Amino acid sequence: MAKLLSEKFYSEMKKLEPRYPTKVALLLPALHAAQDENGWLSPEVLEEVAAYIGIHPAQAREVASFYTMYNLKPVGKYHIKVCTNVACVLRGADGLVSHCEKRLGIEVGQTTADRRFTLHEEECLGACGTAPAMMLNNDYHEDLDAQKLDRILDQLP
Amino acid sequence: MIDQSQNQKMISANDGASFGVGSSGETLYVQHFKNDEARFLGYYLEKLQGYSALKYAFGMTPAAVVDEMKKSNLRGRGGAGFPTGIKWGFINDKTPFPRYLVCNADESEPGTFKDRDIMRYTPHLLIEGMVIGGFAISANVGYIYIRGEYTREAKLLQEAIDEAYEKGYLGKNILGSGFDFDLTVHRGAGAYICGEETGLLNSLEGKRGEPRVKPPFPAQAGAFGKPTIVNNVETLANVPFIVNRGGDWFSKLGRLERSGGTRLISVSGHVKKPGVYEIPAGSMTVRQIIYDLCGGLLNDRKLKAVIPGGSSAPVLTADEIDVIYDIDPLMKINSMLGSAALMVVSDEYCVVKLIHRITKFYAHESCGQCTPCREGCHWMESIIERILHGKGREQDLALLSDIADNIGGKTLCALGDAAAGPVASFVKKFKPDFEAYIRGGKHA
Repeated sequence: MAKLLSEKFYSEMKKLEPRYPTKVALLLPALHAAQDENGWLSPEVLEEVAAYIGIHPAQAREVASFYTMYNLKPVGKYHIKVCTNVACVLRGADGLVSHCEKRLGIEVGQTTADRRFTLHEEECLGACGTAPAMMLNNDYHEDLDAQKLDRILDQLP
Repeated sequence: MIDQSQNQKMISANDGASFGVGSSGETLYVQHFKNDEARFLGYYLEKLQGYSALKYAFGMTPAAVVDEMKKSNLRGRGGAGFPTGIKWGFINDKTPFPRYLVCNADESEPGTFKDRDIMRYTPHLLIEGMVIGGFAISANVGYIYIRGEYTREAKLLQEAIDEAYEKGYLGKNILGSGFDFDLTVHRGAGAYICGEETGLLNSLEGKRGEPRVKPPFPAQAGAFGKPTIVNNVETLANVPFIVNRGGDWFSKLGRLERSGGTRLISVSGHVKKPGVYEIPAGSMTVRQIIYDLCGGLLNDRKLKAVIPGGSSAPVLTADEIDVIYDIDPLMKINSMLGSAALMVVSDEYCVVKLIHRITKFYAHESCGQCTPCREGCHWMESIIERILHGKGREQDLALLSDIADNIGGKTLCALGDAAAGPVASFVKKFKPDFEAYIRGGKHA
């Protein structure tokens, strides 16, 4: 089977291996790296990660499905995750979510037809002093309001 | 006794203001926060006597370092408030090798964001604290388990670790001491429960982050089945200060008998100036923090509720805020300091909606191992939801209290208590607000 994961993935993992006493400990870092390359963890990618670690694919899925950051379904080019936990709702996060829904024409959990945007609500991001906050792919955006959010989305390539 | 006059001197990390800080109101951290230079080794060496504590510690025996920690009265800053020196003392001559030191940088308790500032502004404090901790418990390997969302902070930490390796503060034979210590940043992937130390250890091992049955405790069988000490970021970052200036000095920074040092507090919600603040442990009341430090309530609204220690802490009403903001005083009034995350709620937000939001969080984050938590959290969420929608029944409040009572203390880890305590306290303290929905025809 042709490899889906790059040489870079394998060399990064090789470098990490001596940091841990077991190979299974590499599973979370490997899933992160695999997702960074592919945007999500397809069954084929999970299988390849599992083969590298030396575990059954079901075990890789069992672990991946426990954590919210691993996408087991494809997501858009831009993955918007608006924090709606306590500190953020106190500062208007609900309004931000409905603003996103209106602007993108999708509901929470959906992806736009052009596959540019996926919208999710997120639990506490640890940015409560600068609430409301969201993640856009791997980056934090804080102290948001609808105008600031629009500016951020307008500027995306 | 608390000297009220000193409370005016605290520094806010939020606006970078620096007042005349007297020795009695000394801060260790906030003057370096919001400074983009502070994270580099050069700054750390110059402004924070960087890595001098490490040199000092290498001249001591590991047991003497642990003794200094005991003297410091440092209590864990992650939420449980366990005395750090006593925890380190669980590792002794008879403890088998290898041993591990793990830093809990999961910072998943809603409302908490102080550790993020330590990692992005003063990462070398954490690194030096970990090397000293490793030396004290004779562990040659350390991991920083950082929540997955903190990608930028993980990168900044890694850069600081690379600097430390390059200059010989990490790696083999550190500063010629013969002591080796390797440090690895390990990213989580989005799970509140990984802030629980045994859930964290499972996650570190590449498993689902489900908490373990205790005993054995981590000091007996932790990471990879080996003796392990797990400490919070702020806890470990305090270590270089303690070694440099002594446990007694650190202990006296605090204003209560059994709570040393300064305390980083995360303030959020309806205050004028939210942010990370640093106060001598036990030096201020909740009221002083809200009105003196944080400028009072947003839009000068009326205070409705305060969640004092992250969303797991039982709620306080506006009449209960004259309590000293520290571990023991809050415990005395049946709440908790937790991770020192203070969330302030004005009368513009409905408390029933708020407890619904909190309960939804725990229902989402319950790992599902223990029936009371897995089932109970969802039931509490559903019942509060029907109350919100005007479909609540008279007996629902008693039912909520009963479910909370059947979760609390009946689960493997503290998530059950974290979900139950808030519900029980909201129902007890804000009954009329619930009744407005149940009897008064109010609905969301």
